[in-house]
Amino acid sequence: MLKAFQTFMQVDGGGLLLPEIMLVLFALGILLTDYLLEDRDKFFNALMALLGVMFSGICLWQLRLVADRGPIGFNYSLLVDPFFLFFGSIFLIATGLVIILSVNYLHVEDENHGEYYALILFACAGMMFMASGYDLIVQFLGLETMAISFYVLAGFLRKDKRSNESAVKYLLLGAFSSGILAYGFSILYGIGAMLDKSAFEVVLPRTNLDTISKAVEVRGHGDFFVLLALATVAAGLFFKIAAVPFHQWAPDVYEGAPTPITAYISVASKTASFALLLRLLLTVFWPIRVDWIMLIAGVALASLTLGNFAALTQTNVKRMLAYSSISHVGYILLGIVAAASSPMGFLTGMKGVAFYLFVYGFMTIGAFAVLISLQRQGIIGDELDDLNGLYRRSPLAALVLLIFMLSLAGIPPLAGFVGKYFILQALIETGHMRLAIFGALYIVPALYYYFRIVAHAYLHEPGNAPLPIITLGQKFAFGILCFVTVAAGVYPEPFVRLATYSLFFPAGFSGH
Amino acid sequence: MDFYNTHILTVVLFTPLVGALVLLFVPRDSANAHRVIGNLFAFLGLIVSLPLIWRFSLDPGAPRYQFPESADWIPSIGAHYSLGIDGISLLLVILTTFLGAISILSSWSAIKMRTKEYYILFLLLQVGMLGVFMSLDFFLFYMFWEVMLVPMYFLIGVWGSDRRLYAAIKFFLYTLIGSVIMLLGILALYFRAGATTFDMPTLLASASHFDTSSQVLLFWAFFFAFAIKVPMFPFHTWLPDAHTEAPTAGSVILAGVLLKMGTYGFIRFSLPLLPQDPAARHKIVTIMMVISIIGIIYGALVCMMQKDMKKLIAYSSVSHLAFCTLGIFALTPHGLSGSVIQQINHGISTGALFLLIGVLYERRHTRLISEFGGLSTPMPNFAAIYMIASLSSLGLPLLNGFIGEFTILRGTYEVSIRYTAWASFGIVLGAAYLLWLYQRVMFGPVTNPSNEHLADLNAREYATLLPLVILMFWIGIYPKPLFRFLERPVEEIVEQVNPGYYGAERAASPATAPAVAPAPAASGVMDMPGMPGMNMPGMEMPSGNGTAPAHPPDMK
Repeated sequence: MLKAFQTFMQVDGGGLLLPEIMLVLFALGILLTDYLLEDRDKFFNALMALLGVMFSGICLWQLRLVADRGPIGFNYSLLVDPFFLFFGSIFLIATGLVIILSVNYLHVEDENHGEYYALILFACAGMMFMASGYDLIVQFLGLETMAISFYVLAGFLRKDKRSNESAVKYLLLGAFSSGILAYGFSILYGIGAMLDKSAFEVVLPRTNLDTISKAVEVRGHGDFFVLLALATVAAGLFFKIAAVPFHQWAPDVYEGAPTPITAYISVASKTASFALLLRLLLTVFWPIRVDWIMLIAGVALASLTLGNFAALTQTNVKRMLAYSSISHVGYILLGIVAAASSPMGFLTGMKGVAFYLFVYGFMTIGAFAVLISLQRQGIIGDELDDLNGLYRRSPLAALVLLIFMLSLAGIPPLAGFVGKYFILQALIETGHMRLAIFGALYIVPALYYYFRIVAHAYLHEPGNAPLPIITLGQKFAFGILCFVTVAAGVYPEPFVRLATYSLFFPAGFSGH
Repeated sequence: MDFYNTHILTVVLFTPLVGALVLLFVPRDSANAHRVIGNLFAFLGLIVSLPLIWRFSLDPGAPRYQFPESADWIPSIGAHYSLGIDGISLLLVILTTFLGAISILSSWSAIKMRTKEYYILFLLLQVGMLGVFMSLDFFLFYMFWEVMLVPMYFLIGVWGSDRRLYAAIKFFLYTLIGSVIMLLGILALYFRAGATTFDMPTLLASASHFDTSSQVLLFWAFFFAFAIKVPMFPFHTWLPDAHTEAPTAGSVILAGVLLKMGTYGFIRFSLPLLPQDPAARHKIVTIMMVISIIGIIYGALVCMMQKDMKKLIAYSSVSHLAFCTLGIFALTPHGLSGSVIQQINHGISTGALFLLIGVLYERRHTRLISEFGGLSTPMPNFAAIYMIASLSSLGLPLLNGFIGEFTILRGTYEVSIRYTAWASFGIVLGAAYLLWLYQRVMFGPVTNPSNEHLADLNAREYATLLPLVILMFWIGIYPKPLFRFLERPVEEIVEQVNPGYYGAERAASPATAPAVAPAPAASGVMDMPGMPGMNMPGMEMPSGNGTAPAHPPDMK
């Protein structure tokens, strides 16, 4: 038994799976022990979940030693490279923070069930597979593991109508988009299967990204099936990242889902889908990048425009943040456009994308964390008016809110600015002047709606709203989130290096 | 002390920040402690900045940017923490610390609620403004340029008057539009120069080798940020709102220092970015001068129609700052140095006028002109100081405004008589609206019974106003010390942007060797053939009598 385990770990590459194994083990553990816990001991589930995240993080940290060689395991279906480590750590950090922020939220909502944390860990494991999968099947399964966990989590407040509505909407549209994506994958599989394999030294499975990439390259750009696969895969993933025109679900789901889950969906799910999109664009679709640059640029512009203008009139902060996150997607997509346009833009553009995704997670979770701290029994605290006079009621929460809003808007010296800086720089380097002008000018409406939130928190009278009570865990989360948001703006060097590290592709891909 | 000697700019820059951090730890309800600490650190900021004046070397061999400091900040993009000042920024830095201390003192009794936040934000604002004038790195410059919007937003939004929310966000958005376009300009400059550094002198020097079309584009990319900040004529609409709604001290800083960031930007960035091609440059310069003239006349005419005193002074800033941009784009030494002097003057006189209106507002809680009349009876000293400030603002000889406006007009005269005539007409209008305002508010019988027993100035108000009055007289009577700081940078800038200027002067001077006039398309580098270095005879004497070009004694 032990020997078999050792063989599995060392020879078959099971070690590459360790981060995911840890998450799943702890999730199962939570499901087992949840029934033994009294109501007042439910916080134990959160501790278990945090422990799982921690162990998974340790395994991930150990994997860095081999990541430079890009070990690939399980019959070429799992790749551990810096790209995966980078995204994996974003998922783990986001998961940890969401767990911390959930404890009090669930307690107040009286929905303190162990499944919640188990589902969060399952979702996280799914995301890990999305980033590390080097095979269509693994990627799709990862995506579905994540998505199904999220459908349940979005409707976790069973007594709340909005939560139920959000879950159903998310499920229907999510299933639809998964279907489109699966259709695209099946075409890719077909393309891969039709490739003449006699030229290869090693016979790779038909679903392996390298095989398909080669097949796409052979067919060249302009091929109908390749374009069809591109369109369907892109559409499926645009759904997941909530890019226009596939964004309609986002505001409703964001508004209805429990706030920690909103934060989780808007950060982790989006980042994971970006990881998958990037992996596919950089391998399978890289040979035909001339075909998708304009597509991505169009979607990016549409997302920026719609996201920014729709957010202007929202009165619900969660909806406003939903639209604003659509506009952030636009910026990240612009970074991908620049990266694909020229060898010089590749480094800056991808650095920008990675940096942006990293800091986007912190500032967005931060913004939602403030909303979570406002939540009371029966009050969700997500209307603009709920923020009135927050500064008088809780200077700490108001200050934290200001930092995140400034960062989201892209005002230096905060992290959001540096992210936008890299993306604008990459656009200018690659000659996309018009896109750069759009990207820069859209900072202005963004500032307007972010500062509507700030104005309500600082400049309006408090009214009779209750004092927010910030728990120790929330303070801890605020501390981490603020630290990264400020540090990545004032001294971005280590974060830029981290982003650059994620671009080290041992599997042979080296940009242009 | 040793640290101070080697890092004097850092100390000046971050003294207010230290004050803000100290204030963070003071309990919220001890308002007097906030006032004392706020004033203490603002005053300390002024004290530590004063040694800059006498330590600044006027020796021609000294580097242009003095007190340099540089440290790596973000190596991966080439941004440095690099500070340094030349004569122009020196004057503006001193203006900032000086007006900062005065306006913080003036808010002692005007600000009654949320004193802690007020002083923290004000000190942070000081840091931002000082940073803009000191930065020699584009990235750092942009950071300070943007970061200072946030405290100003709150100063207007929290402590402003009725329409403060609207004015605050309008101010923020307007300035932001210009800033983001400038960011693109900075990035384009950085990319076009193929640079790995954001060092300003390096990047601006390399800009002179670009082709004309990208130089034109770069100029306009930077133009919006500065034109909105100044504000130049079509971009001025944020200013009356922001000035009128801001608390007194906010208006003083807004008019005194913030607007100068725009003119400073024009001098520091836009002039070096002017295209080398004479036709393209002529076109841009003409546009700039024409909108400056429009600004002068339009601002003055709008002032005539104002019912609110503060709004009147706000619009007068549009007119006065248009004088500054006119002087800048005359591209002559007199125009340029006059413009800098006029910026200082405007900070002093308009600052004083805003303080005086603040004094009235604190007593009556209204600023409508129709509410007042005959104030010189209950408040004679107030009326006297108000008179001096008005006269200084309208450019009466022996007061500071005259020096600036006269020098600018002289510089403009060398370029075009027509522009000068229009600008002089603006001075007449300026006298009209300021004196008419004075007449309506101060002279005649006391029409409104609630004005009968208004108290005259108190000691603290004297303390804020008298230094300004002294400076008005000093600059008006003996401005030479100020001009001396400007000679060197002005010369370098004019040499670069208007290479024909000194050539023509030399041709007119008999002492000069028959050197060819420099090619107009010369790239503006100092050691070009036909463009003599600083020590060539005759070069630095445009007026031919052996004094440096910007000396005021020449003109008198």
